[in-house]
Amino acid sequence: MTAPIVGAAIRRKEDFRFVTGNGHYTDDINRPGQAYAYFLRSPHAHAKIKSLNVEAARSAKGVVGVLTGKDLAADKIGGLICGWTIHSKDGSPMKAGAHPALAVDTVRYVGDHIAVVIADSPALARDAAEKIEVDYDLLPAVTTPDKAQGSDAPQLHAEAPRNTVYQWELGNKKETDAAFKSPAHVVKLKLTNNRLIPNAMEPRAAIGEYDQGTGAYTLYVTSQNPHVARLVMSAFIGIAPEHKLRVVAPDVGGGFGSKIFIYAEEVVCTWASKKVGRPVKWTAERSESFLSDAHGRDHVTEAEMALDAQGKMLGFRIKTIANMGAYLSTFASSVPTYLYGTLLSGQYALPAVYVEVDAVYTNTAPVDAYRGAGRPEATYLVERIVEEAARQLKMDPAELRRKNFVRTFPHQTPVIMNYDAGDYEASLDEALKLIDYKGFPARKVEAQKRGKLRGLGFSTYIEACGLAPSAAVGSLGAGVGLWESAEVRVTPTGQVEVFTGAHSHGQGHETTFAQLVAGRFGIPLENVEIIHGDTNSVQFGMGTYGSRTAVGMTALVKALEKVEAKAKRIAAHVLEASAADIVLENGEFKVAGTDRKLAFHELALNAYTGHKFPTHEIEPGLKESAFWDPLNFTFPAGCHICEVEIDPETGVTKIVAFVAVDDFGKVINPMIVEGQVHGGVAQGIGQAMLEHGVYDPESGQLLTGSYMDYTMPRADDLPSYKVGLTETPCPSNPLGMKGCGEAGAIASPPAVINAVTDAIGIKEFEMPATPERVWRAINSTKHKSAAE
Amino acid sequence: MYQFNYLRPKSLDEAKKLYENNGDAKFLAGGQTLIPTLKQRLAQPTALIDIGGIAGLAGIKVAGGAIVIGAGTRHNDVAISADVKKSIPALAHLASHIGDPAVRHMGTLGGSIANNDPAADYPSAVLALGADIKTTSRTIKADDFFTGMFETALDEGEIVTEVSFPIPEKAAYMKFPNPASRYAMVGVFVAKTKGGVRVAVTGAASCVYRESAMEAALAKAFTPDAVANIKVSPGNLNSDLHGSAEYRAHLVTVMAKRAVAAAT
Repeated sequence: MTAPIVGAAIRRKEDFRFVTGNGHYTDDINRPGQAYAYFLRSPHAHAKIKSLNVEAARSAKGVVGVLTGKDLAADKIGGLICGWTIHSKDGSPMKAGAHPALAVDTVRYVGDHIAVVIADSPALARDAAEKIEVDYDLLPAVTTPDKAQGSDAPQLHAEAPRNTVYQWELGNKKETDAAFKSPAHVVKLKLTNNRLIPNAMEPRAAIGEYDQGTGAYTLYVTSQNPHVARLVMSAFIGIAPEHKLRVVAPDVGGGFGSKIFIYAEEVVCTWASKKVGRPVKWTAERSESFLSDAHGRDHVTEAEMALDAQGKMLGFRIKTIANMGAYLSTFASSVPTYLYGTLLSGQYALPAVYVEVDAVYTNTAPVDAYRGAGRPEATYLVERIVEEAARQLKMDPAELRRKNFVRTFPHQTPVIMNYDAGDYEASLDEALKLIDYKGFPARKVEAQKRGKLRGLGFSTYIEACGLAPSAAVGSLGAGVGLWESAEVRVTPTGQVEVFTGAHSHGQGHETTFAQLVAGRFGIPLENVEIIHGDTNSVQFGMGTYGSRTAVGMTALVKALEKVEAKAKRIAAHVLEASAADIVLENGEFKVAGTDRKLAFHELALNAYTGHKFPTHEIEPGLKESAFWDPLNFTFPAGCHICEVEIDPETGVTKIVAFVAVDDFGKVINPMIVEGQVHGGVAQGIGQAMLEHGVYDPESGQLLTGSYMDYTMPRADDLPSYKVGLTETPCPSNPLGMKGCGEAGAIASPPAVINAVTDAIGIKEFEMPATPERVWRAINSTKHKSAAE
Repeated sequence: MYQFNYLRPKSLDEAKKLYENNGDAKFLAGGQTLIPTLKQRLAQPTALIDIGGIAGLAGIKVAGGAIVIGAGTRHNDVAISADVKKSIPALAHLASHIGDPAVRHMGTLGGSIANNDPAADYPSAVLALGADIKTTSRTIKADDFFTGMFETALDEGEIVTEVSFPIPEKAAYMKFPNPASRYAMVGVFVAKTKGGVRVAVTGAASCVYRESAMEAALAKAFTPDAVANIKVSPGNLNSDLHGSAEYRAHLVTVMAKRAVAAAT
């Protein structure tokens, strides 16, 4: 018996293709006769378009078409949609302004789409676009969430007075207010969750193609969820009915959420391919990605926590303003509400939580889900205020947490979630061991001798993955169900093809899904092929985001169960035994207690020849599918601890140790999981230390529109991580998995900032911890102590 | 990128003639600034005259108490040169921290100083070491060469051919990189030369400049303490997302102090 393949650190099957340059991305696809799109974008943050003259562009060299918002409207192509309707506390539905794929009379952010030029080459399209004359009537701009609701703020959409999309609430207000009546301690904190720009390695791209013979469109696109793209483009935007629209998302070079959404460019390229009678290709330049990919985070929050004299948490009250940007992107509305408010109880047995969230329009790129989506915002708030509480109460931050951990499961929080399993103390203890918490005071003293400030910060986080029980999200306003699908086809010669509705863009599905098949049927990993990303070959699926692969894997398990059951019935006939006596062991179907057996490939051949079983009772062939709707969210949790050392002379902060201990439930491939943790933590450290999307508050220009100013984490910015795993199996799926893709990005920012504020001895501090901010914070404490 | 004619002369004379005969032409050396500028359509030259094919423009030699580096020498070749490491290790160190490996294998000394980006590294070495800049028509003293933001004493069509760096007694370059671009947010090159102590600052202001108060203090005592308390006025310094003028002024002092401590 060989070692079990499920749970083994197997190298990723897909990496050979990627590292040898044989990946097949959207931009690698070229269709016969294709033309190239260039999008004319607004150089202004907010303006009325007084006139738009495209005549000179139309007659420019190599141009095959110039199309505007008027052409879209004439063809009755609808605008982009937001698929999750949030209701305000007064019961009214959110107030969303129109979101045309090409602007009609107003532009609302720098990068907003005005017209598309389609030409024989990208350069000719761009040349022609420079001949388009736009006469703008400039309007004032507002860029930050705290300013958007002001009476003097410019209004973006007539539908949303004071730029307010909704005013949402969640939690038990009465109990929360009561908790604040006379608590021993109240800890207050104001903070900003900085705007992030996703920067997937592969920029977005799209090729639209129309087949005059069949009347069908094909869209090749950088998407995390091709079926959802097809559904939205068909049902809401009106490009074509679903059976006349094929969406293919081939290899995708990173998404992090930004490729979930249905963007203007892919809608326009698809629609335009019929208009100009040629395939239309567009690939973003990096500067377009900065301007037009949906950004992430961008909250301002004020919160307070009530605690009793012993440090027991009594209540938590939060007011957040979330920046939506200039339009509501596909799932934007759900991020600061049901993906945020529902996690505000953290790992703690908090009896009362009440959160209010206002979502606002500003003259910036749309903001939507970005690795973690709402959960990093919740975790950053909870873990910073808990750390601050420990300091205010003069308690050890680990002990204050320990005192308040949820310890019995299931645990119903005041904010919807029902935690099903966890052992928060186990991950805390393991992390304390890995960081050598006891040795920290000595390390701090030693650093002081070298003139350095050393600090340590915690983050005991929880998140919700495995999105999501369909009825539950439907009742909260989601426009879709969040189940997943799988189909398993066994070939006559015994290989297995898996068609999954999930999509892999870095997650390693081709390996982990294959491990489940190989583990069950005892066949070599290389005999399993995972097929995803093409609506013409794969049954409907919801795609990959929100660390929801546990849902897709469960669908696969359910399909494998059906295959196995049918295979046993066939084996019983072939081996002339009762189906109940057939066992599957090491890839062989055996009659229990005998030496009669069929290898997997022999069984497969029998299934397709149909010679040895009654085909009127058992259908020939071996192919089964399953749709799995999860029973609950899953709840990965754990403890991250960061240790920093600061050079007080320059403010340069170095992460000298970073420990991540995570409980992801059962793990299919620990190497891939560790890689996901590394990548997630790198993004979290990026947010905490380096990355910041900044718009000029007056002009609304994106000041961080290139790598000259937007600081992506580099290898030398990051420490060597120490990672550990604890395990409480998830009870709501048969594999016991929880999900791991976002945890690093969710957990790490508060650990970093708690370490920085610990080192400096300061309360208020905003991400990112740039050298100048840290230097100023240090000086502010010096001035303060000098004044005292 | 807009269309342009690409020309690759074999000699400096030919390059000069092509420049004179081609309207709005630009010289292309390593292209590490010019090519991104063209790609963003921020410049529209009629012709690019690639001087990378001219023999003799690249190379490093030791002559007359100086390290003489051809204008076409790539940053990486300076960084790994045994002669530079031995005679002016600070210069090799500086070159080894310009940009990233791709930039260092394409970018050239001549291109860097002719462009005179306010945040480039090389101008600080040229100015602090009191180098001589040899061109197609003359030799220019470092103190006269850098005239303002992206401005130099070079005339139209004049090409830098080599830079002669006098070997100092001691020198060091201390750079505080911009976290995003890794250009110098503040870079201080300190050199103790036969002609006195010279302190050149890049990244902080609109053009590389000398900190005369620090030079005077270091002339008396070449120790970190001599500059540790010299406050730099933020008045003429740059402010941007990454660092205010006040922070840059502070960093000039810190980097100068550390450069003196590191000088070898």
